Amino acid sequence: MKPIEVEKVQQMLDIFKDKEVYVHLETTNGAYASHVNNAAYNVGAFIRNAKVFYNQAKIVGDGKSYRVGLKMEMGWIYAEGLTDWVIHENEQLLMAGHDREGRLMVSLEISEKPFRY
Amino acid sequence: MESHVVVIFPHPDDESFGAAGTIAKFRAQGVPVTYLCGTLGEMGRNMGNPTFANRETLQAVRKKELINACNILDVKLEMLGYRDKTIEFEDRMQVANHLKEYLDRIKPSLVITHYPEYAVHPDHNALGAATIEAVRLIEPDERPVVWAQGFSRNTLEDLGNPDIVNDISDFYDKKVEAIFAHASQAQGVIRQQQNNPDEQMDIKELAKKNLSDEVFYTWEF
Repeated sequence: MKPIEVEKVQQMLDIFKDKEVYVHLETTNGAYASHVNNAAYNVGAFIRNAKVFYNQAKIVGDGKSYRVGLKMEMGWIYAEGLTDWVIHENEQLLMAGHDREGRLMVSLEISEKPFRY
Repeated sequence: MESHVVVIFPHPDDESFGAAGTIAKFRAQGVPVTYLCGTLGEMGRNMGNPTFANRETLQAVRKKELINACNILDVKLEMLGYRDKTIEFEDRMQVANHLKEYLDRIKPSLVITHYPEYAVHPDHNALGAATIEAVRLIEPDERPVVWAQGFSRNTLEDLGNPDIVNDISDFYDKKVEAIFAHASQAQGVIRQQQNNPDEQMDIKELAKKNLSDEVFYTWEF
């Protein structure tokens, strides 16, 4: 992946607008968080291949870390802490936030075809 | 001497970090070893440092690393096809029966797995528990011995000292080679295992500090 380029990501978000798309959304601090650090909590959420339809999408951030929000008819999807992006296999928009050791902390992905399951 | 050893762990790299020295020792004695690897670690957080994988490519990257590590350790590999981080949500007896199919065919004299509830990662605990159930389904006089590995903070306090302590110093280089076959994971895992990681310390020296013995508890049925 490469550091987020706001305009290009915004363009991609707009391409998927008003279409039936599949979303992967995930956040994690790893299964070992509280093992490595007694004071930490293990938290995470994961949904893969949620079929949604959004009519508005925006990427916002400060040049280092970004938020992406998707507005649906009956709700919202958002991810915070995104740092990197890539177009996977010419058609899937992958965005993720990594910590300084390269570990994934958050991921938001959008595709017209289902993600491998 | 063992006739055949089956190692059952959920993730590519569990075999290398947890049991590579023990596996190498058995292979040096000519004992066949089969690794039943539960998932492809597709939900791993480590994407390499600097990152060279992403959530969608990680599965293929780790599958390749797993095959390399198993070639280095000279073990037969079977991939069970579960999804990383979901094993505990599967039906335990269904997983146990799936594992038993392999055990019935291989007829191992020893099975190595994680100690349920003492192996930190939910996949470790769930696949360990399913393995215990699979072996329990085998008639007592035909049951293989089970060595279970636990490493949660309360393991020593609750379970006492492990009865199997394998000094793997003769096979240390092999173990490091197997660990580093998992290029996407090795650095991240080794640094995480240190409470106060010294960023300057050579990663292989860090590994050596941490990986001298491999210990297990013999399961009592």
